[in-house]
Amino acid sequence: MARVIFGSALRRYTGGVAEVEVEATTVRSLINALDRRFPGLGEHLGSGLAVAIDGEIMTDALYEPVPEDAEVHFLPPIGGG
Amino acid sequence: MTATATTTDPQPSYKWVGTRPVRHDGLDKVTGRARYGADLNLPGMLIGAVLRSPHAHARILAIDTSAAEAMEGVRAVVTGADFPMLESETGGSGEEFVDFRDLCRNVMARDKVLYEGHALAAVAATSRREALAALDAIKVDYEVLPHVLDVSLAMAPDAPILHEDMITEGMDPAPDKPSNVADRYVIDRGDIEKGFAEADVIVEREFVTQPVHQGYIEPHAVVADVGEDGRATVFCSSQGHFMVRSFTARLLGWEPSRVKVIPAEIGGGFGGKTTVYVEPVATRLSQKAGRPVKIVMTRDEVFRATGPTSGCKISLKVGATRDGRLTAVSGSMAYQAGAFKGSPASLGCMCAFAPYAIENVFLEGLDVVVNMPKVAAYRAPGAPMASFASETLLDEIAEQLGMDPLELRLRNAAEEGVRSVYGPIFKRIGFKETVEAVRDHPQYSIELGPNQGRGVASGFWFNFGGSSSATVHINEDGSASVLTGSPDIGGSRASMALMAAEELGIDVYDISPIVSDTESVGYTEVTGGSRVTHATGMAVIDACRKVVADLRARAAKIWDVDVSEVEWVDGRAQHASGDRAPMTTKDLAADAAGTGGPITASAAVNARGAGAAFSTQVCDVEVDPETGAVKILRYTTAQDAGRAIHPSYVEGQMQGGVAQGIGWALNEEYIFDSRGTMENPGFLDYRMPVASDLPMIDTVIVEVPNPGHPYGVRGVGEVGIVPPMAAVANAIHDATGLRLSELPMSPVKVLEAIGANGG
Repeated sequence: MARVIFGSALRRYTGGVAEVEVEATTVRSLINALDRRFPGLGEHLGSGLAVAIDGEIMTDALYEPVPEDAEVHFLPPIGGG
Repeated sequence: MTATATTTDPQPSYKWVGTRPVRHDGLDKVTGRARYGADLNLPGMLIGAVLRSPHAHARILAIDTSAAEAMEGVRAVVTGADFPMLESETGGSGEEFVDFRDLCRNVMARDKVLYEGHALAAVAATSRREALAALDAIKVDYEVLPHVLDVSLAMAPDAPILHEDMITEGMDPAPDKPSNVADRYVIDRGDIEKGFAEADVIVEREFVTQPVHQGYIEPHAVVADVGEDGRATVFCSSQGHFMVRSFTARLLGWEPSRVKVIPAEIGGGFGGKTTVYVEPVATRLSQKAGRPVKIVMTRDEVFRATGPTSGCKISLKVGATRDGRLTAVSGSMAYQAGAFKGSPASLGCMCAFAPYAIENVFLEGLDVVVNMPKVAAYRAPGAPMASFASETLLDEIAEQLGMDPLELRLRNAAEEGVRSVYGPIFKRIGFKETVEAVRDHPQYSIELGPNQGRGVASGFWFNFGGSSSATVHINEDGSASVLTGSPDIGGSRASMALMAAEELGIDVYDISPIVSDTESVGYTEVTGGSRVTHATGMAVIDACRKVVADLRARAAKIWDVDVSEVEWVDGRAQHASGDRAPMTTKDLAADAAGTGGPITASAAVNARGAGAAFSTQVCDVEVDPETGAVKILRYTTAQDAGRAIHPSYVEGQMQGGVAQGIGWALNEEYIFDSRGTMENPGFLDYRMPVASDLPMIDTVIVEVPNPGHPYGVRGVGEVGIVPPMAAVANAIHDATGLRLSELPMSPVKVLEAIGANGG
């Protein structure tokens, strides 16, 4: 099970829940599972947020594998100069 | 003082990686042969010019272009009506994430102008004189509206509202009225009250920074040529020609394939050329006129109409125990976004204390629109201002505890396995090593004289991977061409060539690194986010490895053996038995037609594994108590580069970041009059540091290899600008006893502070 930790901005959509465990093999299936548990959350997770899997921050990561026991965070988009 | 390097791991025995060849594009650049954005001239080319708002905030009641259109020499005129009005939709990929509704209104205003300098019409004429005369003939009726520039005033209940439909995101419940606050971002971890209760010492302060410009020497410049087939060729200087293609097409309502972008050399970007301004305008003018159109911004336009970075108002509080353990941080950071949402406030919150292990955190970031140009990225966007505040407070904590400021940082340093302030757990990082490098550097123990002081500060930046492509051709003579889609801003041709030389085993000068146009290589994200040596480098490495596999297979074919019996060693195919004469790339290229045709390979990546970057810096200053002038006496920067592919260009990035940070600290600021007009839009009045303002900036390249890259590379382009403002402020404090919390720390401000302190 992947462990998803929600930052403050996303807790508005989870009823204040800060952390959940989700069965998922990819980021897309993880978002779908989260959306089923917290209806409407998926739209926010898919709208340009970066995702960090076990400390690795990525964009365009819908098909990225989510390892068993991974720790997942969703973060604001990170732009650089 | 000479640059030194420190490494934590045994250095692998590379032949090319880590060496310092003269850059492949060096001769063209020092002889003036290199072609920049303004250098292209085409037959029949028209000159474009842009009409810009004289008001900081006004409603456009009417635009009459009829007189301009009738003028001699004028071939086309465009206004907002010539571009599709795009709906709000975020797009792009990777780092170039934008709201196209905002972008299209920034490129050409529609119902309102939102800053002085906002484009609202453009003409193309047979000469610049005629184009400027035509601009004068365009009649615009404005209803001038109250404007707001200060970030606090913009958040006040009675502030002029820039966007009547802007409701603050990130609030629960959502506000029922529009405001200038586009977004509220919060990091809320641990128990903040408990954290401060555990503290023996608490420091708290407010900080103010001003908007500053990236200050690239080359203004934005473009030549657009739309042919009879309706397809456009765009030649321009940018940090990403695929971004230019995508954004230009989108703003014109076209498919990207209708636009080909040829990258010019780029005379500096630093984040400011990761978006478009004049490219869609020149393209539409060319389409209307049926002739090529060139637009070159003046310096005045660059300042008034392109993105600076945010000015900020930051209040922070930090608590620590007597033995120097940080127990809690809290605060609020309001960032100017300019005329449209999208300041780096959230990144400021994430970066401010990222070098440290802190359990209790509450940081709020506010993205606030104001009547100045939409901000653009600037090296480690958002981090320098936040770290000015956080690193100043850490200095204050160390002072109150009577502790060496580097020791305080070491006691709290984040390392592998530590949860970052912004959430994820760090992989292998080299922050501690940068602190130790400064501690052990000779500068840190040089005795100081009267009115002299020393300050230190650290900084963090994420770094980024993202999408890149590369193609490698082996030429008939055994040399190689390496094609990528990454504009070379900081020496990336050299680093691509070095990695290719290492992989192929041929001389670095037998590699020709080429920045290809949008139709000659695969999609590649912008040169930004310190990503090119990491991500584009990975694409180059992958393509080279495919080429090597092909070379081995061809040798096997010639020798009539199984490919498993062929090794590639130092640029030669060798048979495992050792009884055959090795074959070089030249030998194999000569036989290419007979062994399968030309030898070429491409690779594309969405690179993961960008290792985080850290820098620690020490600054020695002398403050003139009579004038308030601050002289930088000595400066050393230590930065974790993972593995320096070309150490000279790593050092150049480190020094460049520091030089810009010192300018930000001491001199640079946008100055507006009471009407919201910028008063210093030129380099005489907008004072960037020049060589005579700075000492030689000493560099220490720390190498803690990044496990996410084949050679251990970490991006080096951005983090160097994060610590200087606090390092300079802390040095001024050490020299004078004054805590300056407002940038720039110009002679006037220093003198005022000395006076206020009874000096």
